[in-house]
Amino acid sequence: MTASQQYNERLERRRRKGLVFSVLLFLATTSGLVVLVTLIVDVVVQGAQWLDWEFLTRFPSRIPENAGIKSAIVGSLWMILLTAAISVPIGVASALYLEEYAPRGWLLKIIQININNLAGIPSVVYGILGLTLFVRFFALGRSLLAGALTMALLILPIIVISAQEALRAIPEGIRESAFALGATRRQVVWSHLLPMSAPSIMTGVILALSRAIGETAPLIMIGALTFIAFLPTSALDPFTVLPIQIFNWTARPQADFQGLAAAGIIILMVVLFLMNLSAILLRNYFEKYRAR
Amino acid sequence: MADSQQISTGAKTGAHADLAVNMLHSPKERAVEYALGFCALVSVLTTLGIAAVLLVESLHFFAEVSIVEFLTETRWTPQFIDKHFGIWPLLSGTLLVTVIAALVALPIGLMSAIFIAEYAPERVRKILKPGLELLAGIPTVVYGYFALTFVTPLLQTFVPGLNIYNALSAGIVVGVMIIPMVSSLSEDAIRAVPRSLAEGAYALGATRIEVVLRVMVPGAVSGIVASFILALSRAIGETMIVTLAAGAMPNLTANPAESVQTMTAFIVNVSLGDTPQGTVEFYSLFAVGLVLFLMTLSMNFLANLIIRRYRERY
Repeated sequence: MTASQQYNERLERRRRKGLVFSVLLFLATTSGLVVLVTLIVDVVVQGAQWLDWEFLTRFPSRIPENAGIKSAIVGSLWMILLTAAISVPIGVASALYLEEYAPRGWLLKIIQININNLAGIPSVVYGILGLTLFVRFFALGRSLLAGALTMALLILPIIVISAQEALRAIPEGIRESAFALGATRRQVVWSHLLPMSAPSIMTGVILALSRAIGETAPLIMIGALTFIAFLPTSALDPFTVLPIQIFNWTARPQADFQGLAAAGIIILMVVLFLMNLSAILLRNYFEKYRAR
Repeated sequence: MADSQQISTGAKTGAHADLAVNMLHSPKERAVEYALGFCALVSVLTTLGIAAVLLVESLHFFAEVSIVEFLTETRWTPQFIDKHFGIWPLLSGTLLVTVIAALVALPIGLMSAIFIAEYAPERVRKILKPGLELLAGIPTVVYGYFALTFVTPLLQTFVPGLNIYNALSAGIVVGVMIIPMVSSLSEDAIRAVPRSLAEGAYALGATRIEVVLRVMVPGAVSGIVASFILALSRAIGETMIVTLAAGAMPNLTANPAESVQTMTAFIVNVSLGDTPQGTVEFYSLFAVGLVLFLMTLSMNFLANLIIRRYRERY
């Protein structure tokens, strides 16, 4: 056998190996999506029969047929609004300080490393912090405010990191030309940087909030109740939220309650889908707007 | 006349200095700077707060249970009359779930990353990438529901003797959850390998698979390793899936068909139950939280260190 024959034979083998490998790669990539689709179909099939107007407008009940998710929906709305009101100003202000004010040096580096590490701390640990600091030390009790403060700390790193990226995307020339006209740093921030970065900051904020709306563990830690047959009227009231209601129903052994859980999951996923959609639309709209 | 003279002397002596004072040191500017700086400190205070809470409250626990018992005892029975506080059953539960998750997520995540970075045409990439990222956006309680009501019954048809609560189902679903972390970070790492290296290999007659496996993946290995570590740290800290699907049985076992309790599930179960505050059972959650915090923190730190290293290399 000549060398070139050997080569050809081996090339054939190498090509076949490549083909097998690429099929494997494709299958692996789609397997994640297959699970995603299975999950969604399963939830819809299990939950659809429980989903009606009554389900949305009733309070939880020990009898599955009478159970609804009203207090959880209202609680989630409260939670998101409060969390946003606390975390967005602090997060954007942190990003402004780190990007525009802070002197470059070891302190900035430490804060930055710290923020990156905070983003990786398990959410249940934030729950321990919330339980000790807000519920017990500040004596806020198992209230909406204690929950929102905990959630705000949890999503703060996400907001800071995305706002920093938004600020970094603004060309240096914008700042320099404003400074050249005699603007102070504060004026540059208010008149140029914030309005220009607002759309991408908003996108990051919505994505961070959609993380908060699905979080369960920290709120269980601070003791959010699962059986709430009234609507909260102030930030100091006890509450429940969608994920906690879903958790409670899933953990029960009766099949009917698991159907309710699936119906609750449909509501939660629809809310998440709408939030993500609005983030994407917002980004696309402003990208088009800026291109013009 | 007097006015204009004043202005002109002002201009001569220190208008420049006045302007500088005005701009950089006016009370308003300073107030804004300090207020923003304080907000930036909130994140540092959060870390310190977490560390302080865990340490201080753990001291209450370690006042009653010696650190030696905590680290060497093999039983974890805080609810029994005969109380034992050995972290190993919880640690082994966590590790068992994490290992199963790793077996699912690391190969699938890395293969997805290779496919998306090197094989998929732009159009396919635009569907696959956000599709996989959706997996990361699904709330963990939904995964928990899925593990308990779909995956476990499905597995029970293949695996005889599988407990309703088991490490296998929880581990698989945790693995699915962390696929996007592995795939997107590994993809970034593969893309960061200079194109010229791949083209050099093609020029020598290598096939695509050879380029990928012998050039691109080795070139991106530090980034890939970092993505593995970050994903595993996420799996260790995952709470709702294991609380719902793995059970509440502190169990020192390596058998994935059995019910286990992870560290996170124990923490949640203590606060779900009516453990009175101030008892040693209650304080044990802080000691377990401290172990969890130290494990995930050191893993994240290591991963970030590796990422920073490899960014400098090319």
